[in-house]
Amino acid sequence: MSRAEPGSANLYHRVVVYVLFLILLLPLAGTLLYSLATSWSASLLPSGLTFKWYVALWSDPRFLAAFGQSLLVCVGALLLSVLLILPLLFVVHYHFPRLDALMNILILLPFAVPPVVSSVGLLQLYGSGPMAMVGTPWILIGCYFTVALPFMYRAITNNLQAINLRDLMDAAQLLGANTWQAAFLVVLPNLRKGLMVALLLSFSFLFGEFVFANLLVGTRYETLQVYLNNMRNSSGHFNSALVISYFLFVLVLTWAANRLNKDKT
Amino acid sequence: MNSTLRGKWLALLCLLPFAVFFIIFQIAPLAWVAIHSLQAESGWGLDNFTKVFSSRFYRQAIQFSLEISFWSSVFGILIAVLGAYSLRRVDSKLRDFVNAFANMTSNFSGVPLAFAFIILLGFNGALTMLLKQAGIIEDFNLYSKTGLIILYTYFQIPLGVLLLYPAFDALREDWRESAALLGADAWQYWRHIGLPVLTPALLGTFVILLANALGAYATVYALTTGNFNVLPIRIAALVAGDISLDPNLASALAIILVGLMTLVTVVHQWLLKRSYHVAR
Repeated sequence: MSRAEPGSANLYHRVVVYVLFLILLLPLAGTLLYSLATSWSASLLPSGLTFKWYVALWSDPRFLAAFGQSLLVCVGALLLSVLLILPLLFVVHYHFPRLDALMNILILLPFAVPPVVSSVGLLQLYGSGPMAMVGTPWILIGCYFTVALPFMYRAITNNLQAINLRDLMDAAQLLGANTWQAAFLVVLPNLRKGLMVALLLSFSFLFGEFVFANLLVGTRYETLQVYLNNMRNSSGHFNSALVISYFLFVLVLTWAANRLNKDKT
Repeated sequence: MNSTLRGKWLALLCLLPFAVFFIIFQIAPLAWVAIHSLQAESGWGLDNFTKVFSSRFYRQAIQFSLEISFWSSVFGILIAVLGAYSLRRVDSKLRDFVNAFANMTSNFSGVPLAFAFIILLGFNGALTMLLKQAGIIEDFNLYSKTGLIILYTYFQIPLGVLLLYPAFDALREDWRESAALLGADAWQYWRHIGLPVLTPALLGTFVILLANALGAYATVYALTTGNFNVLPIRIAALVAGDISLDPNLASALAIILVGLMTLVTVVHQWLLKRSYHVAR
């Protein structure tokens, strides 16, 4: 094998990494080029470049509405997650450390049960009756909470372990703070950065969620992914501009999360 | 004593909102599916399941699901292993960049990914045209099983790289040097040291990739508008399609899907117990 010789081994590894990069880049690069092309068919390169597809996209009221609705649903779901998960984590780690084992099994559920399976039950349970939520953004907010749960729980747990929750609480209480004060004024500020990273990353994958959005709500409260799917019959260039705009938005979010993560260490 | 007891009760009360939401959006739907999979027109029983397994159509859906998941996981993990190993051996600038890029592309799945592939590899896709003109392929159908395996493999790669990259930590550089000193060639090193050490991580990653592909719905739906026969598509069609709604049959299919994923996980745990473990 080429690894025996340092020089050629080095070259081999560089080539593999570049090939990996190219494989991952190709669909994106193709879409980017297509979104900037005036027309592109049966030739290697497009015949001309233009921004008109982006202008058309960003002046489409239906797109802007879908974008806003996606933002609202994701922000709502993350707010709900923080409100539900932070107290849970605090209580589990401070009062009942043994519950952590149970929680680690429970948070596997959203991962082990695909959204398409949950949707079967959700549609029947909340399609009508006292808790009719199907077709409204509320059911999406609830479902997205379960989607974000495993990731948020693991990320914040790692953070809690890093800051030594018990020592911090004991120190605060020794200085005269009560449990609430210690939790809000001492523990929470210490979690801020880790929480921000978890939220940004959760946001980036919730923003791309399609199954729940399409099956439970569809066009009644159109999110970006559903809009994208419904526009399938419009121009391919227009769709490419849509895909690239979406990806750039997610890129900025993950980039911000990465930056925050690096600052921390 | 009294106040600490009250504190514990208050603490338990803090868990209540979480429990309520988790039950409504996770436990209850799953329970509904489990119960109704056993309910058919004729009453309680396994009627739904016999209907599924005696239908060629549904058997084909299960078979396609398994085939696409298996092959995309195999190709995905092969590319990810080669990539992750080489990533560790290039300079840090290139490594950090490609790692960050893989991280970002892991979000590039579902509907946008399907569209990107249509543009690139569809009937009139740029790459299809290029390869046809070069005479490498005669024809390529993205909307077929082969096409779906390629598409699935693409979204498995970043996930595989992310999961496997830390696993190579277990492989210490001095082992390779020791093995070389003792006269082992590269093949012997990998056969007797490298692969056994990596096996638990490889198995774990493979299972996650399989589960990921088995449950995938958005990509195949967006690509074929729900016309390709795999389990998630069949389930969705039975609860949200235009014709022939049958939530009970959908539940049975859903239980089969979850069952397949559980089976894979159990086999993984069993293999893990038998495999070699590195002392940390």
